Order: sequence, then C-alpha cells, then structure tokens
Amino acid sequence: MTPTTAELEIRLQTLHEPAPDAVLFDVLIGSGIADAFVRATSPAGELYIAASAHGVTCVRSAGDDENFRRAYRARFGRDVYSTSRLQFHLRSLAGGLIKEPSRGMVFDLRSCSEFERDVLLKALEIPAGEVRPYGWIAREIGNPNAVRAVGTALGHNPIPVLIPCHRVVRSDGLIGQYSLGGPARKRAMLQSEGLDPDVLENVARRGIRFVGSDTTGIYCFPTCRNAKRITPSHRVEMRSAADASARGYRPCLVCRPAGVA
Amino acid sequence: MSVIQQRLAEDLESSFVEVVRAYQDAVFSIVLGIVGNREDAEEVTQDALVRAFKALRGYERQRIFELRLRPWLVQIAVNLARNRLRRRRPTVVSLDDVVHEPVSTQFEPHDHAERREEKGELAKMLAELPVGYRVAVVLRHVEGLTYEEISEVLHKPVGTVKVHVHRGLIALQRLVESDEREVLVR
Repeated sequence: MTPTTAELEIRLQTLHEPAPDAVLFDVLIGSGIADAFVRATSPAGELYIAASAHGVTCVRSAGDDENFRRAYRARFGRDVYSTSRLQFHLRSLAGGLIKEPSRGMVFDLRSCSEFERDVLLKALEIPAGEVRPYGWIAREIGNPNAVRAVGTALGHNPIPVLIPCHRVVRSDGLIGQYSLGGPARKRAMLQSEGLDPDVLENVARRGIRFVGSDTTGIYCFPTCRNAKRITPSHRVEMRSAADASARGYRPCLVCRPAGVA
Repeated sequence: MSVIQQRLAEDLESSFVEVVRAYQDAVFSIVLGIVGNREDAEEVTQDALVRAFKALRGYERQRIFELRLRPWLVQIAVNLARNRLRRRRPTVVSLDDVVHEPVSTQFEPHDHAERREEKGELAKMLAELPVGYRVAVVLRHVEGLTYEEISEVLHKPVGTVKVHVHRGLIALQRLVESDEREVLVR
C-alpha cells in the first residue's frame, strides 16, 4: 500500500540521528579550542598523553582525570578532553614510540622557549639503549656553558618518555634526577631499554667517561652503539677527551663525544 | 539574536562548544541524509563545524549578532556534503552504513530489528533521489527547517524550494510503492 506523503513525512523524521560522540571532541581539537588526552601504558607506568591539533603537548603520570584537566588548563591555557577516537590513534603511536620516539611523532612545543625546544629536540636524537651527559646537549646546541640550564629544561620537559629526557645523565656519569617519578623511575626506564644502570654508574665511578677501540683508533660514549661492538680485548677505557686525543684517538662521528669533559 | 550568539560574540573560544552541542545532531542528520553513509557523514560534520568556528573567528561582533545561526551552519554543511558526493563514485548505500546503532536484543528484538530495517530502507531510497530533491526533503522533513530557512540555505526562492520538497516527496513515494510491489511479486 502506497504511503501518503503525510505518512512519509513522519517516517522521514525518524532519520534524525544523534551525532557520534567523537564529533564534539574532534571539532574542539580540530578548531584548536581544546586538546585531547588518552591513557596509555608504558615502562614508566600508566600515562596521560595529551595532544593538540599541532601534535603531542604533554605526558604525565596518570591519576585523577579532573586534577589532570585542571593542571593542564593552568599550564597550557586550554581545556583537555578524553577522546576515544584519539585513544586508538595515540595508543598505537605511543606503543611504537616509546621504543622509537622520534619516528613519525609530531610534538607541539609552542609552550616552550626556543632554548628549551633546542634541548628537547636534541634529546630526541638519543637512541633507545644509549645515554648522553647534559654537557653533550649543551655543546651540541651551541651553548657549551649552559649545562645547568639544559638540566632545568629537561626537568621541565612537558613530554617525558616520548621525548626521552631519561636518556640524559649527569656529566659525571651518574644517572641523576627524573621529573616523572624520580631516579628510581629513570633507572627502570633505562633498564627497559636494555641498559644496566648499575654497570653504567660503576664505570662512571671508576672515572671512565669514554671507551675506544685500539684497532680503529676511535673513541665513544660507553653506551654508543659503536662502543658496544668493541671486543673486550681491544677495548680501551679513557678518563677524558684530552686523554683520548693524547693517545691518538679521534671522536666517533655517531655519538660525537668530543669536547665533553 | 539568541543568547548563544551574544556569548559567541563575547567569547568565541569558550562558547563555541555550546554551538556544537546544540547543532551537531542536526548537522550530522542532514549530512547523513545527503551523503548516505556514517563514516563520510561524521567527517563532513566535523569539517563543517570546524570551518564554522574558523569563519566566526574572522567575523566582527555585529556580523555574529546578525547571523541566523541554524541556516548558516546548515548551509556550510550542505555545501560540504554536496562536494563530498561530487568527489565520490556513484553512491552505493549499504544497510549497515546507514544504521549502525548497537542492537539491543533484550528489548523487543523483533520490533527493533523491524524498525531498523525500515529506517535503513527509507534512507536507501532517499539516496536514490536526485540530489537537489534529496537536499530539500532532508532539510524540510528530517530536520524540520522552515521554507524560509531552506531558501536561505540553498539561495533559491521559497516557491522553488516548495516545489523541490514536493517533487522529492512524490518521487520517494513512487520508490516506496515500487519497492512494496516488488515484495508482493516475490
């Protein structure tokens, strides 16, 4: 039986549908009004990872959502919402990224100073399973005397874990502080990346800063991937760059240890 | 001028969320009626609202006060939805695409399934209408815009809009009729 147009009109009204939940958040994020966050698991424990339309803004230890929102507003001046869709996206990102943070991840560092940005982007270059001293970052960004400032900038790293400030250690080789849960957490993070913090510190305590190979005549930071390939019988330990060059060694081009005391 | 517009003019960033809350269902339903599948509809809805925000950011106070918010938003959405159709190959509307709400089996499963089916069928037939008629029918009868509002959205005289809505309905009626005849023949 053919429906009358009046009947059709009523049936058409049933096609009105609520918009999916994700729309609101996506619009807020897409227009830059608000940011989004997800919870993710990492070697550093449960984390909040927040992102704006420009990239990841912030990583914090997960706790109370409301507190996080309040702190986020205070720090970034924007609201932040939990979003299921981004959850999927960021979770998969975070999974791969905790291993290889620099790969494909976009960071929103607009809240940082230029100096802080230089420091953080430099820290990104340190591969998993390796560490560099604060002084190395200072020198690499063209500010060799700003070692303390580098430490401060890393201490304020808004995106720990993904920007691996845990891979930066004291210039005397000790592991040092960590903003995301203290030194113990930093050790655990390094351990999860295949480093033994105790071995690292023992080497440092003996005054060893670099290791070289007497076959190549090149010296490295002890955790440089090239240093790890030196066989024990050809491994030479060094106390300083001056010591190394006096013995005729040149700095490795990968970890660039030169100039760091 | 509405309260919401007053607030928009004062503080766009913090009040735009109210606009989204107030209009997202209307925009989504309209877009869904035009493009025929949820995935595209969600994307176009999001795009339309983000564009609306960006446009408002460039408007002066007075212009925001004078806006007729609903037809203005709907116009952005309709234009984007039609662009989306143009970019796509001929539409194939699958039932799953049209209605994919979680199906509760606890309450009146039969009734629910039937309604779901009916709704899907109607959406499918709607998608078969010429796009001009489809837009007019969706705006008038799915979302209940007035003829004046539709005329504003489509930049067409009210008389033309009425004709399009009417012809759309008649065409839809024929589609339903032939569909039911098919069922009888089977």
